[in-house]
Order: sequence, then structure tokens, then C-alpha cells
Amino acid sequence: MSAVLQLAGVTRIHGAGETEVHALRAVSFAARPGELVAIMGPSGSGKSTLLTLAGGLDQPTSGSVSVEGVDLATLGNKGRARMRRTSIGYVFQDFNLIPALTAAENVSLPAELHGTRPRAARRAALQALEEVGIADLADRFPDHMSGGQQQRVAIARAIAGERRLILADEPTGALDTETGEEILRLLRARCDAGAAGVLVTHEARHAAWADRVVFLRDGVVVDESGSDPAETLLDSGAR
Amino acid sequence: MSVKQALLALLEQGPMYGYQLRAEFEQRTGATWPLNVGQVYTTLTRLERDGLVAGAGADDEGHVIYRVTPAGRDEVAAWFSTPVARTQPPRDELAIKLALAVTVPGVDVGRMIQQQRTATMTALQDYTRLKRGGRATTPTPSGDLDPNDPNDPNDLAWSLVLDSLVFAAEAEIRWLDHCESRLRRAAVENAGRPDPVVERPSPVPEPVETAKAETTETAR
Ligand SMILES: Nc1ncnc2c1ncn2[C@@H]1O[C@H](COP(=O)(O)OP(=O)(O)OP(=O)(O)O)[C@@H](O)[C@H]1O
Ligand SMILES: [Mg+2]
Repeated sequence: MSAVLQLAGVTRIHGAGETEVHALRAVSFAARPGELVAIMGPSGSGKSTLLTLAGGLDQPTSGSVSVEGVDLATLGNKGRARMRRTSIGYVFQDFNLIPALTAAENVSLPAELHGTRPRAARRAALQALEEVGIADLADRFPDHMSGGQQQRVAIARAIAGERRLILADEPTGALDTETGEEILRLLRARCDAGAAGVLVTHEARHAAWADRVVFLRDGVVVDESGSDPAETLLDSGAR
Repeated sequence: MSVKQALLALLEQGPMYGYQLRAEFEQRTGATWPLNVGQVYTTLTRLERDGLVAGAGADDEGHVIYRVTPAGRDEVAAWFSTPVARTQPPRDELAIKLALAVTVPGVDVGRMIQQQRTATMTALQDYTRLKRGGRATTPTPSGDLDPNDPNDPNDLAWSLVLDSLVFAAEAEIRWLDHCESRLRRAAVENAGRPDPVVERPSPVPEPVETAKAETTETAR
């Protein structure tokens, strides 16, 4: 099965000269339909960098990132933005909610920007909020919610609609153990239904919901546990 | 072990014979700590000697049935109301192995930690699959039980036991991460480079192809 997300020899260097930081070095990596992949590694190891590249929010210094077979570099800013509104769901490490919009409005915004009718967008948003367990907070503003509730709004935004690729950066950081587990169950269910997911987490307990766990260190994949890494290597053309 | 108290607690629910006790125990713990019937009967004999259980005749098929005595009930009550002592940490092979690995020359401790982390993560993934409904490889013979039926108290019990295994494996992985970063820092300091950027690697890890090849080897 062809990969939803494919990174081939991706390097990302921030800055230049003395202050140059190699955030990622020649990383190859794929996530296929139905697959949830977790990324673990110490702070600064390049996890968020990998995810922003996968989400088309940043571009690699070298190597390529493809989503559903399309090299993001060939899309241009507009094309990438379109993809982010439709195919890719992204949960930011710091939530990234718009304070002037209610929970439901935050969740429905990508669909509305894409031209979905407001009522249909709101219905999808309410359903996503229901799935993360905060349907009752639909008309609240982010400032009037707890950290964990805001985090769930951010997750609802990423799963609303039919996203083929869900990218989540520490989506359980602000949640207690039981709520965190519910979120993992939800991500898992989305992947079981055919989406591909990439989950960045510090918590091994959450990473264990993934089919594969990739360990990053200093921008390099040092280790991988879980099912058929060999097949993935072939798939990603790393060998 | 707590077999003694566990059997007494089960007998509080009503008189039972050895096989029944074992089955009841395993319904709650998912055979995570398998009990053999011999062990159950030896324990019952000892409990009877101590006056904590008493024989209550035999059923039609000749199974000897036991019931709990008032002294046995007191014992169970005391067990539930007293914290489990942590004065004697159980012997931990991994901690001992690591303590020796860092002091014996020629051991690649970094690699040892990495391999252990992969193995523990794989076990953690197995436990998690069991939590999800036992549809993949099972680390215990209990995989056919479904821990997800919220209405069955035995299932809830087993799912909590699974959580205990999950949290313990997670703690082990965190500890391994911690050991790894401490060792890397120590290596930097030993190299006589008072490096202001503590997170900086030393040595720089292998590029991805080599690292992945290693992983594949480990997986065999
Ligand atoms: N815009 C930037 N400019 C310069 N350096 C950057 C930039 N973004 C990230 N970096 C550096 O790249 C490296 C990887 O950062 P990244 O945010 O990917 O780490 P991370 O694994 O997500 O860490 P954390 O667990 O703390 O979130 C770090 O050394 C970081 O300082
Ligand atoms: Mg990050």
C-alpha cells in the first residue's frame, strides 16, 4: 500500500555558519494508511521539526516530503495551505487556537476556509468536539477553558472532517492519564478507519498505542520498535 | 507473596475448592502471575493449620471445599487496610545489569540501553494491544479475555492489572532515557570539554541508514 506520508532523506538545517543547527539529518520515514507511528526522543531531538515538515508548515533543506504521493515542494504555498485545510489534521504542541473564536468556530474554521457551508462545518465541528468529550463547551472561548480542554479543542480541529493524515505534537501533554488514554483510543480508531497518524510524545505509555515507535536523537532516527520496520525501509527507499 | 491473602479474600465471597479459587484468581489478574493448583492446595493446607480457613465438606464430585473463618476475615481486613511495604525493593535484574555494565570495561552501555528500550517498548505495545481488546500477540495465556467490558468487575480488575504492567514498563523506559542522558553527559565531561550546551551530542550518532540496519539486526 502506498504511503500517505513519505519523507525521503530529509535534512533540515536552521541558521547558517556558527549558529547552524542540524535539526534533522537524512531522515527517511513513511506512514501508510491505517498506521499510527509514534515519535519519541529527548527535547531538541527534532520531533517538532519533523512534524512541521510533514505538515507542510516548513520546508526541508534537502530531501523530499510527500503527502498522498504529492511532493509538497511542488505545490507552492497555496497548494500546501489547501492540503492543510483538507487532507492534513495538525495538533500543535501549543494548541494554536484563535482566542477570538469559540471552540466550535476554531474547529470548523479549516472547513469553512475551504468553502464548506457553515452549517455543515458546524455539524462536523460539534461531532468532533463530542468525540473528544467536550461537546458542552462548543460555544466557549479558549481563554475560558482549562489547558486540557483547550488541548481537546485542538485535537477536535485536527480530526474534524475526513483527514487522511493526522499529525499530533504532544497531544496529551495537558491531559490526565485517563483523558490522555481516551485521546489515544480516538487517534487509534481514526487510523484503524484508514487514516495515517504520526504522534509525537514523551510518554512511552502513549507511544505504545502506535504500530511503530521511532526514536529520534539529535535529528537522527536511532531506533525503531514495532511491526515490520523492514517493509517500511523498502517502502521508503532507504535501502 | 500475597497468594495467602488473595485466597482468603476470594473465600470471603463464599466457600470454594482449589480449582475454583485458581480460576477466580486468574479471572481478575489475567494469569499475569499464574498459580498452579498444587500451590493453591499447599496454601490452603497452611491456612487451615493456622485456623484461617476450615474444611466445609466435599461437593458431589469429591472436591474438598473450604470456607473462611472469623480469624481469616480479620486477616483479609488487615491486608486491605495496610499499605504494601516497600522496605525491601524487589531485586531488579536490569538495574543490577546496568550498574555492572557501567563499571565493567568494554561493555557498550549505550547499545545495551537502546536494545533494552526497544524490547521494553515492544512489551508495552503488547500490553496496550491487550487493552485494546486482545487481538494481537499476547504475553500471557490470558489473551482471550476481553479487558474492555465495563460491566464485568473481573474485567475491570484485569484491566487495572494490565495498567499496572503498562505503568511499570513506562517507568522503565523513562529510567533508561534518564540513564542514557546521564551517561552521555558524563562522557562529555570526561572528554574534558566543559561543553556549555549540555544537550549537544557526543559522539555524534550514526547517520540513519546505519542506525536502521542495526535496528533490523536487533529485531532478529
Ligand atoms: N526556527 C528555528 N531556528 C533555529 N533553530 C531551531 C528552530 N526550530 C528548531 N530549532 C532547533 O532545532 C532543534 C530541534 O528542535 P525541535 O523543536 O524539533 O525539537 P523537539 O524534539 O520537538 O523538542 P521538544 O521535545 O522540546 O519539543 C533544536 O535544537 C532547536 O533548538
Ligand atoms: Mg517539540
